[in-house]
Amino acid sequence: MRRSRPPIIRRTLADRIGGFVRDWSVPRQIAGQSSATKAAESALSRGLRPRLDEADTVGTNICPYCAVGCAQLMYAKDGRVIHVEGDPRSPINQGTLCPKGAATLGLMTMPERLDKIKYRAPHSDRWEERSMDWAMDRIAHLTKKTRDEAFVQELPDGGTVNHTQAIGSLGGATLDNEENYLIKKLFSAGLGMVWIENQARV
Amino acid sequence: MPSLGTTYGRGAATLAQWDLANSDFVLVMGSNMAENHPIAFRFVMRAKEKGATIVHADPRFTRTSALADIHAPLRAGTDIAFLGGIIRHILENDLWFKDYVLNYTNIATIISSDYQDPEQLDGLFSGWDEEKKSYTVDSWQYKDMKVPSSLAEHEPSTSDSFDEAAKSTSDGPPPEDRTLRHPNCVYQIMRRHYARYTPEMVERVTGCPAGTFLKVCEAITRNSGRERTGAICYAVGWTHHSTGVQMIRGAGIIQALLGNVGRPGGGVLALRGHTSIQGSTDIPTLYDMLPGYLQQPNANQKHADLQEFLETEQTPTGWWHNLPKYMVSLLRAWYGDNATAENGWGYRWLPKIVGDHSQLPMTLAMRDGVIKGMFFLGQNPVIGGSNSKQVQAGLAKLDWMVVRDCAETETASFWKEGHLVRDGDMRPEDIGTEVFLMPASLAGEKDGTFTNTHRLLQWHDKVVDGPGDSQSELWFIYHLGRRLKALYADSDLERDQPIQNLTWDYPERGPDRDPSAEAVLKEINGYTWLDRRQLSGIPDIKDDGSTACGCWIYCGVFPTHNDNKSRSRRADGPDGPGTHLGWGFAWPDNRRTLANRASADPEGKPWSERKRLIWWDAEKETWTGDDQVDFVKDKPPGFKPDWSKHPTGMDALGGDAPFILIADGKAALFSSSGLKDGPLPTHYEPLESPVHNQLYKQEANPVAKHWEKRDNELAEPGDPRFPHSFTTYRLTEHHSGGTPTRSVPVTAELQPEGFAEIPTELARELGIGNTDWVVISTLRGEIETRALVTDRLQPFHLGGGKTVHQVGMPWHFGWKGYATGDIANVLTAVVGDPNTSMHENKALVCGLRRGRLARDGGRHGES
Repeated sequence: MRRSRPPIIRRTLADRIGGFVRDWSVPRQIAGQSSATKAAESALSRGLRPRLDEADTVGTNICPYCAVGCAQLMYAKDGRVIHVEGDPRSPINQGTLCPKGAATLGLMTMPERLDKIKYRAPHSDRWEERSMDWAMDRIAHLTKKTRDEAFVQELPDGGTVNHTQAIGSLGGATLDNEENYLIKKLFSAGLGMVWIENQARV
Repeated sequence: MPSLGTTYGRGAATLAQWDLANSDFVLVMGSNMAENHPIAFRFVMRAKEKGATIVHADPRFTRTSALADIHAPLRAGTDIAFLGGIIRHILENDLWFKDYVLNYTNIATIISSDYQDPEQLDGLFSGWDEEKKSYTVDSWQYKDMKVPSSLAEHEPSTSDSFDEAAKSTSDGPPPEDRTLRHPNCVYQIMRRHYARYTPEMVERVTGCPAGTFLKVCEAITRNSGRERTGAICYAVGWTHHSTGVQMIRGAGIIQALLGNVGRPGGGVLALRGHTSIQGSTDIPTLYDMLPGYLQQPNANQKHADLQEFLETEQTPTGWWHNLPKYMVSLLRAWYGDNATAENGWGYRWLPKIVGDHSQLPMTLAMRDGVIKGMFFLGQNPVIGGSNSKQVQAGLAKLDWMVVRDCAETETASFWKEGHLVRDGDMRPEDIGTEVFLMPASLAGEKDGTFTNTHRLLQWHDKVVDGPGDSQSELWFIYHLGRRLKALYADSDLERDQPIQNLTWDYPERGPDRDPSAEAVLKEINGYTWLDRRQLSGIPDIKDDGSTACGCWIYCGVFPTHNDNKSRSRRADGPDGPGTHLGWGFAWPDNRRTLANRASADPEGKPWSERKRLIWWDAEKETWTGDDQVDFVKDKPPGFKPDWSKHPTGMDALGGDAPFILIADGKAALFSSSGLKDGPLPTHYEPLESPVHNQLYKQEANPVAKHWEKRDNELAEPGDPRFPHSFTTYRLTEHHSGGTPTRSVPVTAELQPEGFAEIPTELARELGIGNTDWVVISTLRGEIETRALVTDRLQPFHLGGGKTVHQVGMPWHFGWKGYATGDIANVLTAVVGDPNTSMHENKALVCGLRRGRLARDGGRHGES
């Protein structure tokens, strides 16, 4: 269900004073309306809709910060996330989130969010923008070159090691299991890298 | 987590977070749980509402202390003295849970008569080799029996003659004396070992008043037994020490002695810091393990070919006897049809490690030019790595590096804004590192699973695309692999066979050719090789090449093509049972509490109605209850191994042996194999300490790692230049290296700037006022920050009339984002625990003065 925001109506001073008197909750409470429900309403609040009302998509997310594993509901509109909240169904967080988890929308939409590939050439003093295709090609070639220049099949004593010590990888604890699986599979079983580590020791 | 691995068989949390609500006591130690895991701490608060006693033992009075019934202050790094004191209290006052401990732990087992204790050798165990600075573990074994380790990370060091002389665990039950009178039974050894850890000694060493310490002992022991259970929660406040593994061992021993493991509201909960840090240990982007805690082949061990590897690593008894199934099925998953019985399923294509390739020596390997290219995948070591200046010197020596993150990190920008440039040591044009900074997708912009701190796999959906060029790591690694396979396609060199033979077919979708995370999870779960049927559970995994399985402990998460259990979202209602078996998938086999066979007595009956979880149904001849049983489902409680047949695997474990990954099925109070620094936790001072060790001549852990001294020096005990104890920690508003919070306006606004907490008394002594600039120094470097003068830090009055002040500092900050501050890790050293190579950033020594650093040409003066 989609609903658009109520239009902003320009009102005269007399309208505003009249509205204020009508909305003033004290007389209404004296008249018997509850301060928690009816008397808390105003002309403005009656028109307000929750942000997630506008969403066209909702998905289940898991909080990207610590390892408690709080479930989140993530609402999007037109391909942009508009709201993230704790999933009330979760037996872990039961709808709650901590200050970090509650900032998940802020993380996804932060002004500093990187959206382009930046490249710094050796000895340069600046970033340059590059295309994905160029960067992937260059990284693949550097990986192959570095591996091939420093690949060891056997140690001097004849023992097989089939490894390279010239390339390392750091990170994984913020990533999906499927991502860690492919990292270990390609880097270790495919390329023979041994310097593979993540945040488990820090 | 080798500590829980050697003690209980698996290096993971034994209970679910929500189960803390069923605890009668919770000891939080080595963790500021209310600050760093606030949502999990709700369950501690729920337990408190129901009458549980909450204890917080910590150098600082924190948010956790404020909500606890007892706060026990102790000097950073003295946790083993404290825990050893609790063990002594339990043993000397006969407060251990006898029926549980006699049956489910090795308390009655007789240890080799060659064993000698640190009490006899002034801080060293028997087997010390002064030349190699390491132990051989022969004398730590059971009498005439060699005990295999349940760990992947171990490097057993025994003499060859011992290996031949010792009996196997298949030959008969371990030697034991249930009267506990034998002088070398574990009970008697422990009593002697901890005899001097009295409340008075605890006070002299830790600074915790003896009265407070005794209150803690009483609260813990009063709330354990048939009717009551308690839990211990820890985090990096334990792991970040040169004795970190042994601290957690201390907790493991206490919980085993009190009979708290495997039962509702009982156990040890590791609180981990990153969303999938448990997952990235299970499926390890770590150097020394393969998925599912299998060993990474090691050139220094008998691992030459698959047969030798399996002969070395397969334990004769216990669940790990199944290791060949898991190894062969992993090789089948990775090398597909190229893996054959003839070529040992492609085993030789796996790289062998030749030493310690963990993060701390990685820093030195970059600096020394061994590593020339680096991938940084969501990690920011300039902030999070020990000795940050050494890390930056390493980055400057690289030929190339790829940084993939959601914002520009300090690591990515070291060449223009880092210490090398700032200190005038180098200009950007002197730095030859080629840098690729690539935007990475976040959860919500990709789908896949995270494994949380209690082993729970939970799927997250892709809701939107990441901004601009952002892609997931799955996309990056998959397409990098495709390009590399194309580059190597025509090679006929033998060394290129691994990449050529690697299976790499995953369905793609969309214009960006996104690989399917579901397909990868299906491979992790495993399937039959010929007809691609999903494996329904761990027993389906075979050692004959007929099954492929990427991570055996995750088998069962995707049991049929249309059933992804990690997507399951059916929590239990208010009527229980509260194990939530329908929410996500917990490894292994959806078991929520590990070793839950121990929730029943040896006959299979619950210890009490109040604490029932799993029990034996004699009529149906099966274990049943509210959880999936962590045992052989139809093995009766009275089962005894038939030793005349030299039983192997699970046939060698009785029906009363709950710790199935340990070779004798019993929790290891005394750990014979697997740890490098001793079979029992022993108090050592941190590598940098303000005082000498009051218990032994041996000051610090003798096998602790200190890779080299250059630009990485340590202060001697009692160095007057560095009189204060220094510790690092985290804040609820920031996350680890800080990238995903310091750049987010709302969290940056809540904690906008770095600071150090300084005790009021010390501040007065040094003329430091609240919010003044201060300089903190160690032998590795100096930093400046703002002083937060507080009574939350109290001086420690130690033995010999010595008073030590504690200074603390959050380590999140750096120069990027909105919330900035100097980097705490400039102060820390590249040193570590001998078992895990984890650093010791929770306990070092520092100097402190009012003022600022002379930076930017000395522009800053006194504030």
